[in-house]
Amino acid sequence: MSFIEYSNLIQDGDVAIVHLGHNSVTAVKVQHGAQTQTRFGVIRHSTDLIGQRYGSKVTCSKGGWVHVLHPTPELWTVALPHRTQILYTTDIAMVTMMLELKPGSVVCESGTGSGSLSHAILRTIAPTGHLHTVEFHQQRAEKVVEEFKEHRVDHLVTVRNQDVCKDGFGVTGVADAVFLDIPSPWEAVGHAKAAMKKHGGRLCSFSPCIEQVQRTCQALTERGFEEVRTLEVLLRVHNVRPVTLQLPDFGPDSFSSSSQATEEAPPSAALNPASLKIKTTTPPREMPGHTGYLTFATKPRT
Amino acid sequence: MAQNEDDDYEYRIKEGDHIVLKRGDVYKAVQIQRKKKVIFEKQWILLDNVVGHLYSTTFEIASGGTLQPKEDKETESSTDVKVAGTDNRNIVDDGKSQKLTRDDIETMKEQGLKNEEIIQQLIDNSSTFNNKTEYAQDKYIKKKKKKYENTVTVLKPTCRIIAMMYHGREPGKICHLRYDTLAQMLTLGNIHAGSKVLVFETCAGLVLGAVMERMGGYGSVIQMYPGGGPVRAGVECFGFPAHFHDMLHEFPICHVNALLAGTLDTGAKDPTAEEKHLNAAAEQEQIQPEAERQEGSPADERMETNTGGDAGQDREKLEREKRQEAKAQERKVKLEEKRRKLAAAAALLEGRNADGLVIASQFHPCSVLLGLIKFLSPSRPFVVFSQFKETLIECYTKLKEQGGTVNLMLTDTWLRHYQVLPDRTHPLLLMSGGGGYLLSGMTVATDHSEPPAEEPAPKRQKVKDSEG
Repeated sequence: MSFIEYSNLIQDGDVAIVHLGHNSVTAVKVQHGAQTQTRFGVIRHSTDLIGQRYGSKVTCSKGGWVHVLHPTPELWTVALPHRTQILYTTDIAMVTMMLELKPGSVVCESGTGSGSLSHAILRTIAPTGHLHTVEFHQQRAEKVVEEFKEHRVDHLVTVRNQDVCKDGFGVTGVADAVFLDIPSPWEAVGHAKAAMKKHGGRLCSFSPCIEQVQRTCQALTERGFEEVRTLEVLLRVHNVRPVTLQLPDFGPDSFSSSSQATEEAPPSAALNPASLKIKTTTPPREMPGHTGYLTFATKPRT
Repeated sequence: MAQNEDDDYEYRIKEGDHIVLKRGDVYKAVQIQRKKKVIFEKQWILLDNVVGHLYSTTFEIASGGTLQPKEDKETESSTDVKVAGTDNRNIVDDGKSQKLTRDDIETMKEQGLKNEEIIQQLIDNSSTFNNKTEYAQDKYIKKKKKKYENTVTVLKPTCRIIAMMYHGREPGKICHLRYDTLAQMLTLGNIHAGSKVLVFETCAGLVLGAVMERMGGYGSVIQMYPGGGPVRAGVECFGFPAHFHDMLHEFPICHVNALLAGTLDTGAKDPTAEEKHLNAAAEQEQIQPEAERQEGSPADERMETNTGGDAGQDREKLEREKRQEAKAQERKVKLEEKRRKLAAAAALLEGRNADGLVIASQFHPCSVLLGLIKFLSPSRPFVVFSQFKETLIECYTKLKEQGGTVNLMLTDTWLRHYQVLPDRTHPLLLMSGGGGYLLSGMTVATDHSEPPAEEPAPKRQKVKDSEG
């Protein structure tokens, strides 16, 4: 198992994702002799996990069952312990494509935060790329170093515990892409430019507030970045549901021609003429209406 | 000097490269061929001069369609004292503010005046310009610059650029797949180097190319295709290095059932059907250079032997027979090659251990999905795109019925662009109406003893009370 390569069998030391049902997942560090509590009962790692195939159904002690999945950055994003507000898959997907990330890309990122985007980047740039990620909070930096190791991606990433606005990314002239998710991205634009290859590259800044976006766009233009574009992307989920709708009773039909009586009634409703069943989707009661604005730009050749 | 050349080598435009031309937000993918004129934004241009320059260079279109690299960077409009008004209460739009006529402007263009000069003339001859607010003047100048722009930028193709190009130019060819939806597909499908991905698409090859870019030449991609042959025009636009094609396989869906049943024979196949296929393909494909030469020379020979009698006729017959034999040999080789490729693809598929499945087509996705999902290992993602939500509702329902999947999600994304300027920041006035829908999920081990996952019971709509 690793976050950048699939494997088939669960092994001691793996990080597995347990799917509890209804899009509820939890991450489990697989260890000989260990146990994990779920609402369906206990999962015993040695018997239930180790040696089993990823994707297997596991019956827990109380009789309920779960599925064990191979980790992916997308599952990790939903399962990871939050130390900060994180970036979700919808934004991550957009960032990945708009920054033109692919195997071999060299990327600089700050702040690392909880590592949600970091894992997605690593998956995309493997096996030949590298991620330089900067986090100014010491404990968070240490935690994420631990996780990269557990997830077997540490050879592709360098974590630096410093302030990107003051000290930059720790590298110059190597990055194909830079990503900023910090309170004052305009203060890091200069460092971002320095970290990027002289041939040019792509930049993205993620900010929740429009004022931050305005300052950042101004700084980007002043520093010679081109094609500065700001957008936002939101996910709309459609919950598939069968719905039964009642038909109105307008009283006995005064025309009483046989064609009219059988006209509208589908075969299934013949037995229960008072309702129609349809397959449709309903939106959730609430949906995320805003995560942040994504600003992209291109650094020209310098 | 040599060091510099090496350093820049991969950033230099070469003849034969697949590039993307850009002006503003308009993109067009072309291939550089000497002396070949291409049309872009209603202008004919010759690309010969760009060879040797660096990618992302901007060129001016000179008369005759040749390109010259643009010298200056965009200079800000002169920062001398701007005369401007405060609002538009007194500005009357009677269409007569501009004193220059269409002809005047055409004359200026013919005289070879630069864009900046033409725009300055327009400003000078506008009776209302100085009454506009600074912002309105800014907007006016931007608009004129866009209109009289005579430049084109040469870009190296990337998924982002090609996806935006297709969506802007020919959305019908890609089932109206918007680029952010494509981005979601690549991420939700966990497309990455070293995996084995199945792709079924009728998006001109855009989706296939995008998947290949994210795999970087590592692993394998199997294109499942309907009909006679896989469509890959879009893949060419990406300009992948030759070795990327080594990881690309194809498999015709008409053999899927046989493969699943274990009855597919990739040895001696039905020769007549294959022959027909090949002959049809040969008509469309370019004739091999050898064949061309063969075609060429007998014709010449025939002209020479015009005067010969019987001897000439005999020779002619011999030549014809030789040609026929050569063609038959050629067909045999092609047939063998096709068979070999089929066997290779079948070998990759029959283990039923693919790592990902991506579907984006005009075919009804339900049957495609149910057929192809059988090739995936457990605990692997799949993504299905459809322009129409209803088809995905059906997919969702069928998958729930048969079991074997978790994390099913029917989604679409909402995309909005912004104009960000000091004191003038707002979302753009027009936005995309829709980018299609996605159904994503994860396979799990199929357990036939387990009852299908429960669906929430159909809600009965009560007549009396209303939903909260």
